[in-house]
Amino acid sequence: MIQHTVKAYDEDLKGLSALIRHMGELTIEQIRKATLSILERNDILAQEVIDHDHEINLLETKIDELAVRILALRQPLASDLRMVIAALKISNQVERIADYAVNIAKRTLILDEMPPFPQVEGLSNLVKIPKQMIEGALTAFETYDVDLALEVWHMDHKVDEFYNDYLSKIFDEMIADPKNVGPCTQLLFAAKNIERIGDQAQNIAEAVYTMVTGKPFKESDALRNASKI
Amino acid sequence: MPLKIDVKNLNLFYGDKQALFNVSLGFPEFQTTALMGPSGCGKSSLLRCLNRLNDIIPNTHIQGNVLLDNKDIYASSVDVVELRTHVGMVFQKPNPFPRSIYENVAYGPRIHNLFKDKTELDKIVEKNLEWAGLWTEVKDRLHQPATRLSGGQQQRLCIARAIAVNPEVILMDEPTSALDPIATAKIEELIDELREKFTIVIVTHNLQQAARVSQQTAFFHSGYLVEAGETGRLFTMPQDERTQGYITGRYG
Repeated sequence: MIQHTVKAYDEDLKGLSALIRHMGELTIEQIRKATLSILERNDILAQEVIDHDHEINLLETKIDELAVRILALRQPLASDLRMVIAALKISNQVERIADYAVNIAKRTLILDEMPPFPQVEGLSNLVKIPKQMIEGALTAFETYDVDLALEVWHMDHKVDEFYNDYLSKIFDEMIADPKNVGPCTQLLFAAKNIERIGDQAQNIAEAVYTMVTGKPFKESDALRNASKI
Repeated sequence: MPLKIDVKNLNLFYGDKQALFNVSLGFPEFQTTALMGPSGCGKSSLLRCLNRLNDIIPNTHIQGNVLLDNKDIYASSVDVVELRTHVGMVFQKPNPFPRSIYENVAYGPRIHNLFKDKTELDKIVEKNLEWAGLWTEVKDRLHQPATRLSGGQQQRLCIARAIAVNPEVILMDEPTSALDPIATAKIEELIDELREKFTIVIVTHNLQQAARVSQQTAFFHSGYLVEAGETGRLFTMPQDERTQGYITGRYG
């Protein structure tokens, strides 16, 4: 995109975009660590995730402040206005995602109090797609790529599939031995949090769609475009 | 909303230089239309076509039509002085006559014989000062020179003077560019109130002002109408790259 005549305005918008990227990357790292903490039964790692959450909250506040400042001082219009509004929405959604990561880490701490139980395969697979979705949605935000945003949006169906597969495995373990019900419920909560991360990443994709096209996101439009992707 | 003014395929020439190229634009009745664009884009030229103010510039000629209530204002039968009672104008710099406040408003009704006696003229003056939001501020000093008023008051007096001859359309050429933000806000509020009775066309360099006061915005560039549409849409989702560049400050 052509630069603004006022260079400091460009710097403000770039700063906003960079903060979103930073917040997103920290959050992806939080998800990775939280999931690993469950898989490895690693309390220290889980506690690290919980402790780092405030950094993400601070970033959300910083993004809010910068966005409000740009609205007040630059009075953005057209694509710039839509970008600032999208940044506000996205920072809110990323913050929610980070909260899910904390919830997953908390499961690790609870599981640690429980007796040993069988490993349920599938959690590391389940978390891969939501992480890719966040990464893709952030790139779509930075590059105004509506096709990528739609691609991310459609990835959520895969998350739901993996989630259902994982769920049935957990149920199998619960049925096999009632002693597994306690720990498996914790795993189920963790999986549910990961599934919710996919939903939030889908919301980010929707915000990017509106930012680029200026149109409110409609599921029917996304489904119509599905054949093109 | 029916069109009060309908400009069709308008070309304007100042001597050999063409200032407007095939402009077609409708101005809905009882709405404010903002004309914007960089200096020299033709927005003021178009505004001046709407009450034939360009006629006074030598070697000016136009092609196309400007219809006011479906009648061509450039038809040979049209009396330009009478036309301007229907289409009033407010300029960039407040330009009250060097007379009293009262006489500024009474001037138009006097030359067009719009009253029977002094009592009726008094009423006309009061009503129009009221309309322009100036009455309470000046009612005790109606016979003082208008030039003693503040810039913002002078501009509202000019609006009162413009509406005193019962026009249907008011043209405004950057009416607040010489005013402070408070005086500007008063004029903008006035524009919104005047819309009840008049169709307004405003030329402004201030994008936020166009966004605040108008229902329709038209963007001009190099004598061409680039894009026109509902103001909210134009400022959030312009269709043309030149509009987008201009309103986001990426005009190069």
